Amino acid sequence: MAEDLTYLSIDEARGLLDRREISSVELTEAHLRRIEAVEGRVKAFITRTPELAREQARLADDRIKAGEAATFTGIPVALKDVLCTRDAPTTAGSQILRDFLPPYDATAVARLRAQGAIFVGKANTDEFAMGSSTENSSFFTTHNPWDLERVPGGSSGGSIAAVAAGEAIVGLGSETGGSVRQPAGFCGIVGLKATYGRISRYGLIAFASSLDQIGPATRSVADCAHLLGAVAGADPRDSTSAPAEVPDYRAALTGEIRGLRIGVPREYFEMGLQPGVESATREALRVLERLGAELVEISLPSSGLALPVYYIIAPAEASANLARYDGVKYGLASEQDSLLATYLESRRAGFGPEVKRRIMLGTYALSSGYYDAYYVKAQQVRTLIKDEFDRAFGLAADNGAGAGTAGVDVIVAPTSPTTAFKIGERSDDPLAMYLADVLTIPANLAGIPSVAIPCGFADDLPVSLQIMGPAFAEERILRVAEAYERQTTWTQRRPPLDVASAGA
Amino acid sequence: MTLTNEQVEHVALLARLGLSDEERERMREQLSSILDHIDQLRAADTSNVAPTAQVIPLAPALRDDVVAPSLTVEQVLANAPRTEGGFIKVRAILD
Repeated sequence: MAEDLTYLSIDEARGLLDRREISSVELTEAHLRRIEAVEGRVKAFITRTPELAREQARLADDRIKAGEAATFTGIPVALKDVLCTRDAPTTAGSQILRDFLPPYDATAVARLRAQGAIFVGKANTDEFAMGSSTENSSFFTTHNPWDLERVPGGSSGGSIAAVAAGEAIVGLGSETGGSVRQPAGFCGIVGLKATYGRISRYGLIAFASSLDQIGPATRSVADCAHLLGAVAGADPRDSTSAPAEVPDYRAALTGEIRGLRIGVPREYFEMGLQPGVESATREALRVLERLGAELVEISLPSSGLALPVYYIIAPAEASANLARYDGVKYGLASEQDSLLATYLESRRAGFGPEVKRRIMLGTYALSSGYYDAYYVKAQQVRTLIKDEFDRAFGLAADNGAGAGTAGVDVIVAPTSPTTAFKIGERSDDPLAMYLADVLTIPANLAGIPSVAIPCGFADDLPVSLQIMGPAFAEERILRVAEAYERQTTWTQRRPPLDVASAGA
Repeated sequence: MTLTNEQVEHVALLARLGLSDEERERMREQLSSILDHIDQLRAADTSNVAPTAQVIPLAPALRDDVVAPSLTVEQVLANAPRTEGGFIKVRAILD
């Protein structure tokens, strides 16, 4: 088959499949060939699942023939390896789970499986999703398809790079502090962090339970809307999943944003932005203005405190969540003479440096004598951050602290202060690595949705902006993103992988 | 904020985390520098500010207490390092 079946949108693939112009087997084989061709350079997958994919493709073809296709029937998907899959190992990028085969599917996985999606592999991640580059994966580092010497971002760098490189049509990642949006920005694709509770976390390996949220990684806003619609919704197995109805997100993409009030937060532009990032974001704001939106400068004064708040709350919750890896119930076990020694040695051998750092930081912050100074203080500042968003969105009264009540509909800001950095550039400096998430973390702390979308290039590397909205306003932020997407060609660009492989 | 070796050892034991001597020293330096960064929180005025417990308020999820199918014992134990007679085997916790 000569025609290239990679880089299709869901709507395009759905049309071809439903009209029986191509089969799911053909679409799947095209992606498996693409994986063979680029994976040696990109290294997006910890585990590839070609046999599972082929079996699912045959079943999808039967279903299409029977006229029973759903949106995702026959669509190749990459799954971040923190999402439990009952028929593929799930490692969380960690040696402590290197042989773990979950007994059940995550709810988001089960929902895609029920629609007949094709699972091509389990994608690389920083260990337990702790990182911003995939360099903390205990297996290997994923490479940015736009520049193989650079990181793809993280922690969902594997799913993101796979989608950017055409190895899957869409991917699922997860966010705790920007782990979908930041790599989506680095790799020039669309990434969504939904409202906390919008997507069930059942079967998502836990990192920080008050922050964790699964998120779509796609090459267009329409694909993002489809994927969100497929995985969102209440789940009796996750008591934090929200009962709110799941609207038709795809239908919300009307292109109409006239009269919309867009907040531009001053503080986000004062956090050491690379000049090319700032200019691309400012130009994108002008595009939105030309579409009839009104730009309103706003202030979110506590934004600069989001990073230190996050590095108390996330490690504290992680230290509790990761207590379950004890060498007894599952995971790597190093048998010693006593139970205590077995705990110490299993966890020493099984966890990598960043995971150990965060367990230590979190344990310290929760320990007797420090709890109020660190954990309670961080939760109080988290309230300040959330309240500032509420006031900006006109959902709370002015408290006289200077934030005002702007009453904006959405907030637009850069996704990351810089474009993708080089592999190794920050890996020895934890704080420098943490700063990569300085602009994405506030939305996680406030629980609000935010979508990252490509908005240009700086020195041939993708630049991204994010559109934040009030809780459960996914339709609105996706509508703004898609209206912008219609005016630009950024999401149609492909990384230069095929030039490099021309002789292969 | 400079942590002492004793503090690092104490926290590592609380976390049931074995550390080599080299890891312990590196951890001491890195945690101290991260805590320095975090200390800027002290300047924030949080008098009369309630700590956030949950960002999206939800009513408690309750369900009827009914028996329903779940994983089998074999499935649950499949990943356990040591099992015996349908149980996970653990070293004695008391002498």
